[in-house]
Amino acid sequence: MPETDGAPVLEAAGLRKEFGDLVAVDDVSFVLPPGRSLAIVGESGSGKTTIARMIVGLERPTRGTITACGHDRSRPVKSARDRRRRGREVQIVFQDPYTSLDRRQTAEAAIDEVLRLHHGWPAGRRRARVAELAELVGLDPRQARALPRSLSGGQRQRVAIARALAAEPAILILDESVAALDVSIQAQVLNLLADIRDETAVSYILISHDLAVVRQLTDEAIVLHRGEVVERGHTAQILDAPQHSYTQRLRASVPRPGWKPVRRA
Amino acid sequence: MNGPLLEVDGLTVLLDVEGARRAVLRDVSFTMRPGEAVGLVGESGSGKSMTARAIGRLLPRGAEVDGAIRFGGSDIGSLSGAALRRYRGQVAMIFQDPRAHINPVRRIGDFMTEALRTNLGVPADQARRRAADMLAQVGIEDGAQRLRQYPHQMSGGILQRIMIAAALLTEPRLLLADEPTTALDVTTQAEVMAILDGLRRDFGLAILFITHDLELAAAICDRTVVMYAGQIAEVRASSLLHEDPLHPYTAALAAARPDITQTAHRLRAIPGRPLSAFEAPSAECAFAPRCPHVRDICLQALPELAELDGGLSRCARAHELRGQLQEVPRA
Repeated sequence: MPETDGAPVLEAAGLRKEFGDLVAVDDVSFVLPPGRSLAIVGESGSGKTTIARMIVGLERPTRGTITACGHDRSRPVKSARDRRRRGREVQIVFQDPYTSLDRRQTAEAAIDEVLRLHHGWPAGRRRARVAELAELVGLDPRQARALPRSLSGGQRQRVAIARALAAEPAILILDESVAALDVSIQAQVLNLLADIRDETAVSYILISHDLAVVRQLTDEAIVLHRGEVVERGHTAQILDAPQHSYTQRLRASVPRPGWKPVRRA
Repeated sequence: MNGPLLEVDGLTVLLDVEGARRAVLRDVSFTMRPGEAVGLVGESGSGKSMTARAIGRLLPRGAEVDGAIRFGGSDIGSLSGAALRRYRGQVAMIFQDPRAHINPVRRIGDFMTEALRTNLGVPADQARRRAADMLAQVGIEDGAQRLRQYPHQMSGGILQRIMIAAALLTEPRLLLADEPTTALDVTTQAEVMAILDGLRRDFGLAILFITHDLELAAAICDRTVVMYAGQIAEVRASSLLHEDPLHPYTAALAAARPDITQTAHRLRAIPGRPLSAFEAPSAECAFAPRCPHVRDICLQALPELAELDGGLSRCARAHELRGQLQEVPRA
């Protein structure tokens, strides 16, 4: 795979976010080349979710800039048109598939709504695209017509992924998107995400505390601790030979065959 | 006492779910020795939490229970009043989300000492001293100060340690730990696991550790019970579970988890989704529709949980597949 192919689809420079006296994110910078995937690794309080919220526009950076597809997104949009453009740049899939869907909307209707909003296609073309997206994420026709309450967690997460992809975003943010799934279902969704990355031009930002999941899905990673980047590089390299003491501790805390937990101090 | 501490014998539980009578556990049997740590591993709907609730006498009202649970030789199903309170002093429970199980408007000290004061009649100042000592055991040094604080003033990791300390104050012989580290950060999880492992050795405490993570259970448990669709699929020494599983489900579960040491092109996902107990067929193997090793024999009768190489497996082909399960064929 080439190091970079063209200008980055996403670039964060000197990002800082303060909440009162608390500095949640401190001077964080990274670039995401097109078609590549970047992990933002950290535990609670690391600032990883705040970064995701700033990228999608749910929080405004105190300092620094975020550029997606050449457009600045550090400031709020002024028009509905700009808001839709931003939606085609970045979409997000959250952790909890039980709260991120409208419970009165079928999977098909949820996907169709995004197609109507972003592409304004006629009904026939939308119907065909809904079927394509449902097939891409592995929902059968019966599941596609179902309300969220009759779908399992894994199926709901597929709906959320299909809905995000419907906007044809350049960047998909996966915010702990497989963390709440059963192990056997998590593997299905991770394979699905790998297939989508291979088949489309989408770039991923994976926000995760799970180093094994990070390894499967990303090329590059940054490790956050208390709002600061403590390590960055190729994901495999960081996991095989972590340099920073915090990354080493994180790595050593992952249960694996033969693992014995040890108390610190 | 040389006999088992806990015997779960043919436990079947039916509950009213969405207006229908449904099985949540089907013929679950296993035993625990005093001081033994046993892992209870499964996915959603496997019945692992329901098993712990049945042992803790915490099943929802209206539950229909068949089979028996014996603690120290006596049936706990008929306990009530003082006898039930005594039993609950012997069998403590900790949960995934400590905040959901602690009163947010009461101080930590009141919460921790309640059982000692009301059930065992320990004087308040003595109860507080014991609580502070126990907090030190779980790595909280400023115990006396913590006792004056409220739950919202602590992190999830500290609060879970407090729950563990509180659970141990009545000197229980069995701790039921239901996904106690799932909501914690990985580094905090490692701490809490080490604490549980240490307490088990220091106090001779038996632990039933419930989790979805085979590797996590293996870290502190001697044996692991793997559940699927309300039934036991396999019982195996934890150290052998990964390298030498006896049931195709265990092998598939271990293989599906991404490996931190290598990047797989594709993960070995298990097709379909985990069944709940009530969806499982009564006269064939519940895992058959997802199993890469399925044959006609699997669909002709519900396999027995049979002994094999020092473990137990509910697989009709367990003998035949012996030693071949580590490498799961692609489905």
